[in-house]
Amino acid sequence: MTEQELLSHIFAELKKVAPECDPVELAPDENIREALDIDSFSFLRVLVGLNERTGVDIPESDYGKLSTLAAMTRYLMARLP
Amino acid sequence: MGEFRMPSLGADMETGKLVEWLVVPGQRVKRGDIVALVETQKGLFEIEVFEDGIMGEPLVAAGQTVPVGTLLARIEAGTAKAVFTEVRTEPTVEKTTEPSPVSKPQETIPAQPTISSERLSCSPSARRLALELGVDLATVQGTGPRGAIQRSDIEAAAQAKTITSPQATAAPAESAGDTPETRMRQAIAAAVSRSNREIPHYYLATEIDLSHPLQWLEEENRQRSMRERILPVVLLLKATAKALRDVPELNGFWLNDRLQVQPDIHVGFAIALRTGGLISPAIHHVDRLSLGELMQAMADLIERTRSGRLRGSEVTDATVSVTNLGDRGIKTVFGIIYPPQVALIGFGKISERPWAENGMLGVRRCVTATLAADHRATDGHQGALFLEALNRHLQQPEAL
Repeated sequence: MTEQELLSHIFAELKKVAPECDPVELAPDENIREALDIDSFSFLRVLVGLNERTGVDIPESDYGKLSTLAAMTRYLMARLP
Repeated sequence: MGEFRMPSLGADMETGKLVEWLVVPGQRVKRGDIVALVETQKGLFEIEVFEDGIMGEPLVAAGQTVPVGTLLARIEAGTAKAVFTEVRTEPTVEKTTEPSPVSKPQETIPAQPTISSERLSCSPSARRLALELGVDLATVQGTGPRGAIQRSDIEAAAQAKTITSPQATAAPAESAGDTPETRMRQAIAAAVSRSNREIPHYYLATEIDLSHPLQWLEEENRQRSMRERILPVVLLLKATAKALRDVPELNGFWLNDRLQVQPDIHVGFAIALRTGGLISPAIHHVDRLSLGELMQAMADLIERTRSGRLRGSEVTDATVSVTNLGDRGIKTVFGIIYPPQVALIGFGKISERPWAENGMLGVRRCVTATLAADHRATDGHQGALFLEALNRHLQQPEAL
């Protein structure tokens, strides 16, 4: 999976929980939850969706390491099966 | 034979639009089946029937907006057995022992001149209750044998009437140009205005050390797949329900000048909609669900709330409400009670705070829990007992 493909997966999952937003406009280091006004339940859904799309298991203690687009991409790219 | 009427879906609803029939005349339905979609100010809801039978001809066509209580269709009894399941335990031949000189003259007044006598299958005792409570028998759905109106039906109607009394719903008339967002605000405005006007709130707050329950939850979540992991708010919900079992006076309705404690604990969970506004649908029997089941129930409810697939009953039968504003960095919530409920429990953000205990200062993960309660129904003492019980249950997460 290329970084571009991963990004499109991330955008697709964000779009599911925040349909009226355009995640493409997120800055790489912007806090996703704050920028898109996503609650903890919806954010968990995004992570579960990404887990299913990428096969990367994200321990709960790592949830904080995926708070921006840049961090999320880095974290997942490093652990792709 | 039963009747399917436009239900009241909240403190603020006067009319509802029948958007779509999901069954056809002649179709067999059973209790709990979804038969229609109804649109209110708060969105679209799936409406279920409360009895078994065969769907009659629709009396209201799709697309029509009608007042709450309007007969939408009759439900013919399917089989004798189906009818029998609907017969509720009623104090049938209640001895009219009440020496009621006051109500005597009233009895001679025909309950409602507008209704034909054949619809008035109603015991004298139920009829008297209807007079006492000012319930229009024509609007009452009988659940007794052959649709007879029973005392329990009158009580239910009185409750619905309280909820939708015109005085309480000062919402401006719906105008054609209103957006769904505007109508949502109007619905919320009507409910909270009534709450602030009628309910003498009192507020209590306490800090709860969540270090131990959160550690326990992290350990528990390590053994769960991502999909099955439990959010901290689930612990808060379950502990709330268990504390309500200890202090049941906070779980109920203020109706007809008295507190009516409810046996079941259905927690209305405030869910913010992305388009603005909020809905507090009920998670049923929270005290009986395991943490995993509760997480699933909450997830299901949030998904369906946000996609507009709530059932009508879910927005009407909450016995208490919980609002969790922790995600927004809020420390303390001072809530407004949703009438006719008598309590609202609020949770703020879980954060690290200095914590003094046994002469030592440490850092703990804490949450501020608040109670907004109806002072007509309870006093501060009971409220304090509730918050104490909430803390006690949270400190024993393995027992939740």
